[in-house]
Amino acid sequence: MEKTKINITDEVAIHISDMNKWFGNFHVLRDINLEVRRGERIVVCGPSGSGKSTLIRCINRLEEHQKGSIIVDGTELTTDLKNIDKIRSEVGMVFQHFNLFPHLTTLENCTLAPMWVRETPEKEATEIAMEMLEKVKIPEQAHKYPGQLSGGQQQRVAIARSLCMKPRIMLFDEVTSALDPEMIKEVLDTMIQLAEEGMTMICVTHEMGFARQVADRVIFMDEGQIVEQNEPEEFFKNPKSDRTKLFLSQILGH
Amino acid sequence: MMTKIAFVRKKEIPPSAPPITEVGLIGWLRQNLFSSWLNSILTVLSVYFIVVILWDFIPWAYGGHWNTKSLRECLDLDPDVACFSVLTARWKQLLFGLYPAEEYWRPTLTFIFLLLAIVPILFPRFFRFFWFSIIYPGLAVWLLWGGSFWSISIVYIGLTLGALFFLSLIRRYLKNYMVAAILAFLFTAVFLLFISNPLVGLLNVILPISLPFVESLKMGGFTLSLIVGVTGIVASFPIGILLALGRQSNLPVIKMICVGFIEFIRGVPLITLLFVASVLLNYFLPPGTNFDIVLRVVIMVTLFSAAYMAEVIRGGLAGLPLGQHEASASLGLTYWQSQRLIIMPQALKISIPGIVNTFIGLFKDTTLVSIISLRDPVGLASTIRADQKWNGIYWELYVAIGLMFFIFCWGMSQYSQYLERKLKTDK
Repeated sequence: MEKTKINITDEVAIHISDMNKWFGNFHVLRDINLEVRRGERIVVCGPSGSGKSTLIRCINRLEEHQKGSIIVDGTELTTDLKNIDKIRSEVGMVFQHFNLFPHLTTLENCTLAPMWVRETPEKEATEIAMEMLEKVKIPEQAHKYPGQLSGGQQQRVAIARSLCMKPRIMLFDEVTSALDPEMIKEVLDTMIQLAEEGMTMICVTHEMGFARQVADRVIFMDEGQIVEQNEPEEFFKNPKSDRTKLFLSQILGH
Repeated sequence: MMTKIAFVRKKEIPPSAPPITEVGLIGWLRQNLFSSWLNSILTVLSVYFIVVILWDFIPWAYGGHWNTKSLRECLDLDPDVACFSVLTARWKQLLFGLYPAEEYWRPTLTFIFLLLAIVPILFPRFFRFFWFSIIYPGLAVWLLWGGSFWSISIVYIGLTLGALFFLSLIRRYLKNYMVAAILAFLFTAVFLLFISNPLVGLLNVILPISLPFVESLKMGGFTLSLIVGVTGIVASFPIGILLALGRQSNLPVIKMICVGFIEFIRGVPLITLLFVASVLLNYFLPPGTNFDIVLRVVIMVTLFSAAYMAEVIRGGLAGLPLGQHEASASLGLTYWQSQRLIIMPQALKISIPGIVNTFIGLFKDTTLVSIISLRDPVGLASTIRADQKWNGIYWELYVAIGLMFFIFCWGMSQYSQYLERKLKTDK
């Protein structure tokens, strides 16, 4: 399948410069520089503990960085709570373990944030939610509770829940890692569809097939640093760094 | 010999019914009462004990006297059966304490209103009547203690005005909730301290509505148990939630205050707190202050159970995966929104058994007020025995008191089980 690159613009969506983060004494992110343009789809990969999840969690301030700057949609992330809430409402995030709200139905999961954060009227929020649930192909589960759905369905609801906030950027944190093999495809299909619509996406994932198919850029991280980045074709065919080669041989070799 | 590995199923096995010994009455008996030799012996022993106890209790209770004039008379008739005449003679006292007899309708009405007021809280279906639950506390205080209708209403008027003031502040001028809340608080305080008294005086002249005043020492019996128990339950719940949140707070001062309070209160017996309330507190207050004894007891009981409540709720908070906090933060919900909509509903649901446990404990602990000579049912039991006619009567009184408490506590326990079933969302 041919990728659509027409969506990428010159507008900068995320600008990270010289960003550093420590967990206690552990230097988990080191001098990260990254510029993401609107419409760009980025896949971040790397061995576990390389800091890739921490990196995207810094973008919506689930983790606080200690040095350098992160500018999302022209707003810099500081300790100012107003800025943080503003950025969070414009950046959607999907987690490895779904993190749906188990005490609310699928539909309520989707309408909650628009109603309370954006103050959308309930009727309109419900319409948007149903539209998004159609999009992830589970409108018929709207009145069930998350505990009654399969893993793949839950993850698609989680994606729909983020989309209801009409985010301009989506972050995916290993969203298929906790799924049974037969459910991975339905979630990836949803993400591919989203990518084709031109959503700005940063995906931490080990799904190299997905990376090949939709990514504009693949970033390889190790020990808290960006080691290599390239277009997917080149990245997989001609990895430059030894660490990248080793990593690729480990995950593609079996 | 070679084992054949390859296998392909040719014939489907249809599902069939389980053996007769596994289902129905026989199955149930086998599973629950006679599953092993030890269980069978225990079952037989338990049945034996139950029979022995009921063998004596049923004739004792069933043949009891209800219409004698004194315990002496009972014993003369038949010493082996219960003498419930004490209940016939004194049931009003057990229910209302020393409340004036011609005003008994007031606590009765208060109790009926209580049942109506908790319905909207217990069953969301009736939430449209929640306004009644809001006005109930004021109504109950007025009915029980009496006095001018306006001196209670003015508090409601003050609070309503304060709330409206707060809302209009944040609508029009201020975005800062903290400052608006402080201003609204000051506004309410000024209104209640300086404006309310002349206003009440005026209203009393224009439209005097009042009930005869009944002092706190006259409150007693189950009326007192319910006053202390219900107020304690209602007030300790929100305080417990705030303490639990405070204990988890990132702000060191708030955290220290909450931890200190919880650990102090949990480390002290309730009796001690009640003695402080009844005796010591008056030393610390300016001479001549008449700080109502029932109010003092209610405050102590509330603080006591709030500390326990906080720990129960903290257990529920700890049971929530971190992902719930992250998910609600990533959607842009503020701290309070996320507490209210995501965290608390789940944490409270996990804590239901512990919360109801604390409520039931609090309700039964109200009998401790008999130690500081308030006349709750247990205190009244001694008062009744002090009467020569009933000197030496124990069982009948305590069975009756126990039964009353059992009805309330069992009701709470049943409701909590109903709630747990209703809130179950994973099946």
